[in-house]
Amino acid sequence: MADDWVDACAADDIDEEDVIRFDHGARTFAIYRTDDNVYFATDGLCTHEQVHLADGLVMGSIIECPKHNGRFDFRTGAAKGAPVCVDLATYPVKVEGGRVFLNLG
Amino acid sequence: MTKAGIVIVGAGEAGARAAITLRAEGYDAPLTLIGDERHAPYERPPLSKATIVSEAAPAIPTIGDAAGLVGSNIDHLTSVCVVSIDRSARNVALSNGRALAYDKLLLATGAKPRRLAIKGADAAVYLRNFDDSLALRGHMKAGRRIAIIGGGFIGLELASSACALGCEVMVIEAAPRILMRGVPSAIADIVASRHRAAGVELATGATIAGVSRTGDHHIVTLANGRKIEADCLIAGIGAAPDIALAEAAALSIDNGIAVDGRLRTSDPHIYAAGDCASFPHPLYNGRRIRLEAWRNAFDQGAFAAKSMLGAAEEYQAVPWFWSDQHDLNLQIAGLVDEGRETVARDLGEGALLLFHLTDDGRLAAASAVGPLGKIAREVRLAEMLIARRARPDRQALASPDVKLKSLLAA
Repeated sequence: MADDWVDACAADDIDEEDVIRFDHGARTFAIYRTDDNVYFATDGLCTHEQVHLADGLVMGSIIECPKHNGRFDFRTGAAKGAPVCVDLATYPVKVEGGRVFLNLG
Repeated sequence: MTKAGIVIVGAGEAGARAAITLRAEGYDAPLTLIGDERHAPYERPPLSKATIVSEAAPAIPTIGDAAGLVGSNIDHLTSVCVVSIDRSARNVALSNGRALAYDKLLLATGAKPRRLAIKGADAAVYLRNFDDSLALRGHMKAGRRIAIIGGGFIGLELASSACALGCEVMVIEAAPRILMRGVPSAIADIVASRHRAAGVELATGATIAGVSRTGDHHIVTLANGRKIEADCLIAGIGAAPDIALAEAAALSIDNGIAVDGRLRTSDPHIYAAGDCASFPHPLYNGRRIRLEAWRNAFDQGAFAAKSMLGAAEEYQAVPWFWSDQHDLNLQIAGLVDEGRETVARDLGEGALLLFHLTDDGRLAAASAVGPLGKIAREVRLAEMLIARRARPDRQALASPDVKLKSLLAA
């Protein structure tokens, strides 16, 4: 539904090949920008031990948890090996007028 | 071909990770994981922190719950010890009277807390396992006086947890400062200030003259005459590798069970991994090191599994560990004492990153303290630079404007 789009941040709030945290209500998310300016969003907390992924390192399309180096492909949310074995939820993203919107519906 | 299978002694991080990896790699012969605790394998990092401070009754932080041990046809024996290894017959004798044959044996026996050799300190509490952590949780009630002997990682993480629970906390350290082993003084100073700001008293350079106890009332007397009263006495004075089995089986010992780059002991059918094993590190001219850290146990467990299945690579992961104290995260990648020169980078918000360079300018280690979100990425990038034996420009390292990622591309 159109109403589910939430204005999260400015497109240039996120550096290329980087990630920021976005809190909305009681929920927390991670929003990613690739080095070719495509944006993605996932749940904020690592599925392994509740550490925020926005504190982690983005390399290509991989986000690495800052504590245990659990890795996810942030485009699909797929867990990429131990110690993480549960995939991350992902959310549709659109960029309009220099703003990044997440669909949390 | 015999198929006695693989036996793993020790069901901690290294042992459990090895078992999970063996199955993940398609190993389908018998696989036995022997643990002396009653629990399923679990992660130890939360034991000094979340397990103690969580409001709800703590759940055991089980390893590999979703895809690992469950349903993998791993024979996990609980509350059983291995009492001896018969290397010529290739079997191990268990405390329950059974014997188990092996094709390959992995020793992942871990380390045991060093005990205080002080009369009167017999009631000191130590932390190694989940049950120890539950006992500490019971002791750390608001208003209680907690005396902690040892200003290393375990002692300081427990001080932080006790402080969060409203205890009155005193840390007693014999060395002139906390975190003497492996942590640069500039980093340790920031950690010490944070503890003091939180109300933890740090008595450094403090020699213990004696300990006495009446019931739950402990008195630690320092050499300077000061008497410290406490309702609970905790000791975190380091750990020693558990080498008893290996020693009795006449395997080579050198600050732990000595293994080669493939984690093989002096017996080609026996491997060792994790806290109990010392190994040559190719990044540091083959210097033999032993690490007591979650990541090392995790990595070496998986590595030993592949090595037992025939992989020929040498273990060369950059040593790395972290600690959480109050709202600070501390991380170290590499071996700080391999550095001769230090370059500092101010990360803002009180976060500090140090680069440790060898005489010829190679990045040997990086250490940092600050909020997790300030330091984690930088240390991870530094770790990659260390693995590449990079010789980064000193000015670039010192300048917060130069992204470490850009140095990786160089």
